[in-house]
Amino acid sequence: MEPGSDADVVAAAGSEAGAGPGRRSTRGARGGRRVNEVVKEVLRRIGLATFVSAVLGFFALPLLWLAFAPFDAEPGISVSLPEFTLDNFRILMDNPYALASLRNSVLLAAGTAALVVTCAAFAAYALSRVRVPGRDALLYVLLLLSSIITGTAAMVPVFLLAFNLHLIDSRLGVVLVLTGGLLPAAIFLLKDFTDATPTSYEEAARVFGASPSQVLRHVVVPVIRPGLATVTVWTVAQVWGDFLMPFLLLRDPDKAPASVIMYTFYTEGGQPDLALISTFSLLYALPVVVMYLFVSRRYGFRFHGGIKR
Amino acid sequence: MSAITTRGLTKDYPGGVRALDALDLDVAEGEFFALLGPSGCGKTTLLRTVAGLESATSGTIHMGDTDVTRMPPGRRDVGMVFQDYALFPHMTVLDNIAYPLRIKKRPRSVRHGKAEDVAHYLGLDGLLSRRPGELSGGQQQRVALARALVAEPQLFLLDEPLSNLDARLRLEARTFLKQLQQRLGVTTVFVTHDQAEALALADRIAVMESGRIRQLGSPTEVFRRPANLFVASFIGSTPMNLLPGRVREERIVAAGTELPLPAEARDLVTEGEAVVYGVRPEYLDALPSAEDGAFEGTVSVVENLGGSSLVTLDVADEPVRVVVGEERAQQLAPGDRAWARPRAGRVLLYRDGDLITSDEVPAAAP
Repeated sequence: MEPGSDADVVAAAGSEAGAGPGRRSTRGARGGRRVNEVVKEVLRRIGLATFVSAVLGFFALPLLWLAFAPFDAEPGISVSLPEFTLDNFRILMDNPYALASLRNSVLLAAGTAALVVTCAAFAAYALSRVRVPGRDALLYVLLLLSSIITGTAAMVPVFLLAFNLHLIDSRLGVVLVLTGGLLPAAIFLLKDFTDATPTSYEEAARVFGASPSQVLRHVVVPVIRPGLATVTVWTVAQVWGDFLMPFLLLRDPDKAPASVIMYTFYTEGGQPDLALISTFSLLYALPVVVMYLFVSRRYGFRFHGGIKR
Repeated sequence: MSAITTRGLTKDYPGGVRALDALDLDVAEGEFFALLGPSGCGKTTLLRTVAGLESATSGTIHMGDTDVTRMPPGRRDVGMVFQDYALFPHMTVLDNIAYPLRIKKRPRSVRHGKAEDVAHYLGLDGLLSRRPGELSGGQQQRVALARALVAEPQLFLLDEPLSNLDARLRLEARTFLKQLQQRLGVTTVFVTHDQAEALALADRIAVMESGRIRQLGSPTEVFRRPANLFVASFIGSTPMNLLPGRVREERIVAAGTELPLPAEARDLVTEGEAVVYGVRPEYLDALPSAEDGAFEGTVSVVENLGGSSLVTLDVADEPVRVVVGEERAQQLAPGDRAWARPRAGRVLLYRDGDLITSDEVPAAAP
């Protein structure tokens, strides 16, 4: 990002925000209040508005770039009003890997999410309902180790393991490794929901004659559905953005997901192809945003992060 | 034939806690039966063991002629209302009520029709498409009752059915519950820690303490003739006066007062024996002047109960509580001298914590 343009935007936002409280101060003085306090209040508000604008600008600029650059005839790395064109999308369609990679991402994310949510639901339910000695210790150790499984440190062992299991260049292999890495955190998140569900729901169903599988289908799953949705969204987002594991385990570029393909968008001269990258970034980001909005509207998105209510 | 029979029913929790200790209990067909006791006395465990939600460590439970000790809860033909009602939050009221029939695989039209009938019976019309979260506490309770009733179980279990309601609603719900049980005539066992609730609702009460039944009887028996000091101090909204005393020459000396010996205990006590003299505040009559065989003391507190007042007398450094009628109470103020005579036939003597009585099984007084 060009430093000049950034500063300009921030300054403009600051002066604009300062206008509001300024008007308020004259009204305060007319009211005959203590002037000192009013001035202090105004300064405080101006300071706050400036700070908020700066922070907001810092995070908003990349998003603005994402919105404008794909439609720009000559996309650069600064934010500017585009010279509108849809050419970049045509270039993207011509790329042999771009759309296929998005499909690959969907396959990996959906597969992993299905596996993670199913396994985590059973595990979290069992862990919250059955007394296991050292249950919490087990969960915390798993949580600690899980960050290693999908991390750089375990790169070589994971590769060797996949090699010996003939899972190199297989989507199943990537799904399994990612599931292993995400499962502990997913169990941890879901256990929060199952813990918060009173056992009397299940007991009521049992008294009326429901079998264990009926209790699960009729009562437990519907009651923790917001939790399942949360974990699904979280898993999809994790897999969607993961680069290392598919990069490591998939050889064939036809199977590579979007996160890996993005790194191939360079011109012959070794320069990043901004027309491709910006357009692709937009397509890459949209599904996650849409999914988030959908789940948020449907279930009232709440990220608990293992915090007890 | 009794509806429930338990023999030697014992429940041990891991960690060595004995929640039920060799319980023998018979609940008659159509009876409204209360399990009463302080928290941790095992009353809820007993109810849950009867429901099948807990498995007994040893002993047996029969329902009618069937041994249900090892039977899963769903096959015992019981309906249960939980303390928090446990209404499924994701289902409508109608689906909640119809749930037991859904498990029984009744066709949709049958179960909805039946659920609507029961809902109508309990005054829940117009609420059927709502979610439990949109109902008041009293309505939720009735939905829970409807759900427990819809499959017409032979036994109805209620776990603290009124404790989640506010005071005013509780009285209303209590009357409603009693009416409902009388109309349906279904055997009902309910758990409560509130002695007033048990007295008001039940045909018979089992007062429990640490896994055992301390007294079993009608509300009148349990109130008038507590079998031991535990029951005596637990039952009654104003606690019973329990005064240490000693037998002397056919009389009892308690709180520095010479009192007549109750007739039933006359032949059962010995001269000089230490006993506990028990009389309920309701069974003490306030007197305008000193009399033989009456307590005499200084008024220390006057608590207004509405229609009457609870007056605490300081009798030779022992507090004696007396329920005094409206008119008499208005004349009393702290510091006054006052007199109270125990009503004949309402005085109880306890030795080593147990009632001194000639009859083995206390007869139900009318």
